[in-house]
Amino acid sequence: MKGLKAILLRDLRLGLRQGGDLLTLLLLFISVGILVPFAIGPDTPLLARLAPAIVWVAALLAQLLTHDRLFRADFEDGSLIAFHHAAIPLEAIVLAKLAIHWILTGLPLMAATPFLAVMLGMDMTMLGRALFALLLGTPALSAFVALSASVTVGLKRGGLVAPVLILPLTLPVLIFGAGMMGDDTFGAASQAGLFLAALSLASVALTPFAAALALRVSGE
Amino acid sequence: MDATPRLPQLSLRIDNVTLTRGEFDLFENLSAMLTPGEALVLKGANGAGKSSALLALAGQLPIKSGEIQWLGLGKEEAADSQMHLIGHLPAIQRGLTVRENLAFWTALYDGDEAILDSAIAAAGLSGLEHLSCSVLSAGQTRRLALARLVAIPRPIWLLDEPTSALDAEGSLWVETLIGAHLAAGGLAVIATHLALGIEREPNVKVKTLSEFTL
Repeated sequence: MKGLKAILLRDLRLGLRQGGDLLTLLLLFISVGILVPFAIGPDTPLLARLAPAIVWVAALLAQLLTHDRLFRADFEDGSLIAFHHAAIPLEAIVLAKLAIHWILTGLPLMAATPFLAVMLGMDMTMLGRALFALLLGTPALSAFVALSASVTVGLKRGGLVAPVLILPLTLPVLIFGAGMMGDDTFGAASQAGLFLAALSLASVALTPFAAALALRVSGE
Repeated sequence: MDATPRLPQLSLRIDNVTLTRGEFDLFENLSAMLTPGEALVLKGANGAGKSSALLALAGQLPIKSGEIQWLGLGKEEAADSQMHLIGHLPAIQRGLTVRENLAFWTALYDGDEAILDSAIAAAGLSGLEHLSCSVLSAGQTRRLALARLVAIPRPIWLLDEPTSALDAEGSLWVETLIGAHLAAGGLAVIATHLALGIEREPNVKVKTLSEFTL
């Protein structure tokens, strides 16, 4: 437990001290919300109909951008090698890093969503649904980002390979995430919500093992 | 250094180890036996495979043939969590302070937080505890990395060029540190091309790595 707490504390500190990363994430998320209405024009009903898709695409792009933050710094300063000799397993370390990644990317995105809601003409119910969908879906996005980050950590320009690697994995999140914000006749949205939650649970549970394996191989 | 707790008594057997990296053969048939309180100094030209040998001992690099055995481990113990591997990368985050960095590794390695400050002092970094590591010099960074050896007592030390970037006084500190570690029954494998001053001790073995190590 002591080791887990140490990782959480350290990564939270590092993340908050390098405020630039957080700012980039939020700026990208918000600028998608600003650009799309300009491109589509002042058609509020159309914008509101597209809003779920736009919110999810913006969230996905913003989280992809944070890809390098997970393991790159630890790889470069040699911490990754030293992690192998910790008193807790590498899997636990990855899980802790994943949790902090979500706190530093998923939560800020949710906090910025009301701004997007205003730009996209979403009403209060829609905003509520968007927040709930993001809450259920962003952990899965964080997990996929962690997975690709662990696979590409040894590559010099891993940042470019990563999106291609994880895009297919993120499609279900996108589909069910946007579906959850859609029409709820016949309970379609609620079903989508359940799928989204299941996706997040499964990916967060499995990613530490897969990512730790990839990290072990990366040192060779 | 009388206060040094007795370390678990471990031995190391390296049997005919051959290591390759990519298509390159690094060295062949390295054999050595270390009992508690003994050290192995690996010498060799640049690229002879000193760092790779340490990684292989740490279990992070597969060996082509031969065997590496840690003897004396308990049933539930893994060699991984009994060792320090201090490579040329210091494993120090520039965004944290001196104390935060060492406290992090101490907690993660299940070390003794009570001796954190004395470890910083032993490394000659007292007064710099709350300084960001981004302003440390190369030598100070190395001292902080080596302070982990003091703050977290572990029986196996794998050190890669421990005295590089250190001044004369720092090298002397490393030398005493290794001496005290061996006296407490620890093991050390040190890769270096600089003279350490411990090579002549009776409990220190020296091997020179080349393509045909005997």
